Amino acid sequence: MNEYNFAYLDEQTKRMIRRAILKGLAVPGYQVPFASREMPMPYGWGTGGVQVSAATLMPEDTLKVIDQGADDTTNAVSIRKFFENTAGVETTEETEKATIIQTRHRIPEAKLREDQIIVYQVPIPEPLRFLEPRETETRKMHSLEEYGLMHVKLYEDISQHGAISTAYAYPVKVSDRYVMDPSPIPKFDNPKLEMDAIQLFGAGREQRIYAVPPHTKVVSLDFEDYPFEATKAAHPCDLCGSDDSYLDEVIMDDAGNRMFVCSDTDFCRSRRKAGHKGRLAEENAA
Amino acid sequence: MYVAVKGGEKAIENAHAWLAEERRGAPDIAELSIAQIREQLSLAVNRVMAEGSLYDPDLAALAIKQARGDLIEAIFLIRAYRTTLPRLGYSNPVKTDEMACDRRISATFKDAPGGQVLGPTFDYTHRLLDFKLAAEGEVPVAPTLQPRTEATPHITEFLKGEDIIQDEPASDATPGDLTREPMEFPSNRPLRLQSLTRGDEGFVLGMAYSTQRGYARNHAFVGELRIGKLAVEMDIPELGFAIDIGEIELTECETVNQFKGSKTEPPQFTRGYGLVFGQSERKSIAMALVDRALRWEELGEDNLGAPAQDEEFVLSHADNIQATGFLEHIKLPHYVDFQSELELVRKLRREAEERIKPKEAAE
Repeated sequence: MNEYNFAYLDEQTKRMIRRAILKGLAVPGYQVPFASREMPMPYGWGTGGVQVSAATLMPEDTLKVIDQGADDTTNAVSIRKFFENTAGVETTEETEKATIIQTRHRIPEAKLREDQIIVYQVPIPEPLRFLEPRETETRKMHSLEEYGLMHVKLYEDISQHGAISTAYAYPVKVSDRYVMDPSPIPKFDNPKLEMDAIQLFGAGREQRIYAVPPHTKVVSLDFEDYPFEATKAAHPCDLCGSDDSYLDEVIMDDAGNRMFVCSDTDFCRSRRKAGHKGRLAEENAA
Repeated sequence: MYVAVKGGEKAIENAHAWLAEERRGAPDIAELSIAQIREQLSLAVNRVMAEGSLYDPDLAALAIKQARGDLIEAIFLIRAYRTTLPRLGYSNPVKTDEMACDRRISATFKDAPGGQVLGPTFDYTHRLLDFKLAAEGEVPVAPTLQPRTEATPHITEFLKGEDIIQDEPASDATPGDLTREPMEFPSNRPLRLQSLTRGDEGFVLGMAYSTQRGYARNHAFVGELRIGKLAVEMDIPELGFAIDIGEIELTECETVNQFKGSKTEPPQFTRGYGLVFGQSERKSIAMALVDRALRWEELGEDNLGAPAQDEEFVLSHADNIQATGFLEHIKLPHYVDFQSELELVRKLRREAEERIKPKEAAE
């Protein structure tokens, strides 16, 4: 695919995106409008993340792409292939080795470093969208720091269900200012949002980029008497035995037997390599 | 036994190979050529050019072939290609009054200078399947006349003298470009028109139809509908003057709408405007109706709360490439989020059951 520029986008477009990224980093959690381009994959399939990655990638970078925590899910494979073809950068499945990680719906289990960038694919960047469908209104609410509606929603959850009934895309407040949608990661991942790496969020269809710089305060919204709780399935991983990683529930047979395995495939593999074993590990010596 | 979804790469390759076979269909049937699609499915080509925002009949025909006739998929191919093209400059505004009209009708006047020219229209055909076409009939030669050489004036020009139709304020301001700047609301008319002309035909049609059925009815007459070819001119700085860089076919519709007047304006006719690449009649009429409905604020009309009056609603949902992408993305894996919902619902159910149990025991 030599007829395209490095990492597909032309340099003008990259410059426009980099400006939006820098603005986003300067105002943590603020949604910066940008002139998102049509990409050769559909809107809703990671075009925002792909554009941010394309504008961030340098020839010497090593890229990792995950979807649902896994390197081998079809859309992750497809996006990795896109950058292999258009940027010719090295790719890896190892979190440690990656300099840029594009992700959909998960933050890797391994602690990210200062020299790494994680790029999130974002479907709906506006945390207030399902409370107020109008962009004109929600932008006003952000500028006035008018987040009462969100607290009322959380309060109503508690009065109705006895708990905050948001399990993923759990809203956070960034640097004591903007309420932000961390993208549809499970709330289990929310505590990791305070990290050493640069976090960039790209929403292609909605034409928004936002960012969380390293070491920035990120607080999951809650109440003193109903504190935020990062939850996961109450099992250890059946392959590597980890009891503190996020798990996928896999249905194994017609009788409805289940097994639980790490959603982060690289994390699970490296633990098994190091000799850790879960309940069903023997039959799966891989 | 645990069978993870492995081998995604191989699966994708195989799926693509199968898709290519399906696209071709039975190999003993002759393959469609790009020229055949361009010449014989020209209205599909027009739609792909209009909503793909790229005037190139050959590329549109290629996209239709590659997309197996799925026009939204073809539009997507064109958009993705278009976005990689360098922006060399902007043409001068086209002068639609200089159009060489293949078709030009007015519903507001029985006759007018330039005449009523039906052109190649489906109107007044009886929609009976023509089985002769299945047997490859030769087409009878259509009679011809010498075309008009002079320009055909716009119908609304005739209303202007009386001041009975609202005048469009002239402006030399450079309009925004929605492919270069993110859409922000409230927007303005040039951006609305850009959005509508590339908007999904079905969506724009539905919105227009809703105004006719009473959701912000604006009493539209087709003042004029014209289809024809136009030269595109561009200023070349090195030359110091404008030259023709090509010719495009356009459909233009101007509606004349009743207007009772408002607090600020005396009663007069108002206008809606549609301009679309190619012969795209339905789309341009629909566009004009929706354009008119969106002008309520500018004309001092009441906001009736109708969907077609709601700029943010209409413009945010008119693009079928955005819509189809987001709609179809829900078939991507979502099991991480689903898992967290599972845990949450299980927990809520546990707690609810605990609350119910002691009550039952007490009864």
